[in-house]
Amino acid sequence: MSTLTEFFTALGRYDFLQSALITAIMVGIMSGVIGSFIILRGMSLMGDAISHAVLPGVAVAYMLGINVLIGASVFGILAALLIGFVAAHSKIKTDTSIGVVFSAFYALGFILISMAESATNLHHILFGNILAVSDSDIMTTAVVLGIVILFVVGFYKELLITSFDETYARTYGLHAQLLHYGLMLVLTLVTVSALQTVGIILVVAMLITPAATAFLWTDKLSTMLVMAAGVGVISAIVGLYFSYTFNWASGPAIVIVAAALFAISFAISPKQGFLPKRK
Amino acid sequence: MLQLKNLTVAYDDTPVFTDVAVNFDAGKITGIIGPNGAGKSTMIKAMLGLIKPLSGTATYNGQPLRDQQKRIAYVEQRKDLDLTFPINVFDVVLTGTYGQLGLFRSPGKAERTAAYEALAQVELTGFAPRQIGSLSGGQLQRVFVARAIVQQADIIILDEPFVGIDLQSETAIMTILKAWRDAGKTIIVVHHDLNKVSRYFDDLVVMNHGIIDFGPVAQTYSAANIEQAFSADLSAVLFDAKEGQA
Repeated sequence: MSTLTEFFTALGRYDFLQSALITAIMVGIMSGVIGSFIILRGMSLMGDAISHAVLPGVAVAYMLGINVLIGASVFGILAALLIGFVAAHSKIKTDTSIGVVFSAFYALGFILISMAESATNLHHILFGNILAVSDSDIMTTAVVLGIVILFVVGFYKELLITSFDETYARTYGLHAQLLHYGLMLVLTLVTVSALQTVGIILVVAMLITPAATAFLWTDKLSTMLVMAAGVGVISAIVGLYFSYTFNWASGPAIVIVAAALFAISFAISPKQGFLPKRK
Repeated sequence: MLQLKNLTVAYDDTPVFTDVAVNFDAGKITGIIGPNGAGKSTMIKAMLGLIKPLSGTATYNGQPLRDQQKRIAYVEQRKDLDLTFPINVFDVVLTGTYGQLGLFRSPGKAERTAAYEALAQVELTGFAPRQIGSLSGGQLQRVFVARAIVQQADIIILDEPFVGIDLQSETAIMTILKAWRDAGKTIIVVHHDLNKVSRYFDDLVVMNHGIIDFGPVAQTYSAANIEQAFSADLSAVLFDAKEGQA
């Protein structure tokens, strides 16, 4: 337990650790909420694709000295549009289209990053560098969290019905396609925020694992959103503790905790657990 | 009256049907029959704006149907639904109020009451808190009929509502359809079980890559039409057997 005391003492003492914790908690909430819609819409692969496709945007933003969110959003949406375009205008299936587009964007990102070498550290982009969170990073993350909450609360009905029964939504005149791209935009923003915490490679884990864990426990969408956010937050806090204590990289530490929570839920959850059910 | 004129739909340049013209009267239950691939569901989807026709118009009471989207309720085939979705029976019925509510308004007391009443009408009150995956096919179909009730639409379109469901559910749904008819609504049912045609429908549309005939069942459900839409054999079996019984 002494390491735990140490962690909390350090938390009181070091600003960088407080900043890391606050950011990690905010990222845990937003990725759990948006991730829930991603898995319910059967778009896990799309989530993975968008999170990788923002890489050239990050590089371009560094080169031009503009906000990373803007650069990443442009490329995230571009990738989503291109994936939709290729799938709609050929006989190629969506998952194949995703594979082609996102790997191309990812490759382009690597080339651009190497061209902008001096300004960025590829390792931090790939694996996250949560202990170097600046005040402006916290502000940006808070703004994204605000956008996520406004989006989900404002369009809760529409997100629910297009995820569950898109055909019906379209028959009463809902613009399902527009909502899809709205969700892709918000997903891009979440990805960029999560970039610093867990890195590009593991963003998809933060989107999917807490949401999948929550899915095992509840039959109600609103409960699932709150639980997914909760699992995201717990993973972030416990992961950060491991990261600090054992000197693990923060991203893998957070993701491994989320995966452990999923494994426990998989075994004991009432909905589809392995253990015998008592009712 | 719901009117289709010059409707042409094609998938990848292969026309499903060309220049379809047909009327659906209010206060009638109209069945659409035809063999698999005849274009029944396609015609409905074009009407609903789910697929884009190459040409043609759909009007309701003289106005474009497109501008009256919220007056239509559609009970689709259930096979494409995600039955593991975290939603219970009551909340599915409640989604029927979404179209009327529009953006940024949540269902309130009035909407919840309407949803409960609709569930009572399809005799599923006790199932309100159940996750939808735990229902039988017939119960699930009744849930979607309850959602259509909540929509308070003037036109109700059902795609193969009686496929794979139990007799109790079929009877419950037929009762609702008749109540809708008596309230003067336009009811359109895509159907493939020819045996019940004359018992269930007032009007009939016989299709096979285009309209073969439409009008009152007594005239349209004929040996000649069935032979043209399906086959001479089927026509012989259905209509000879009928005369034999009578």
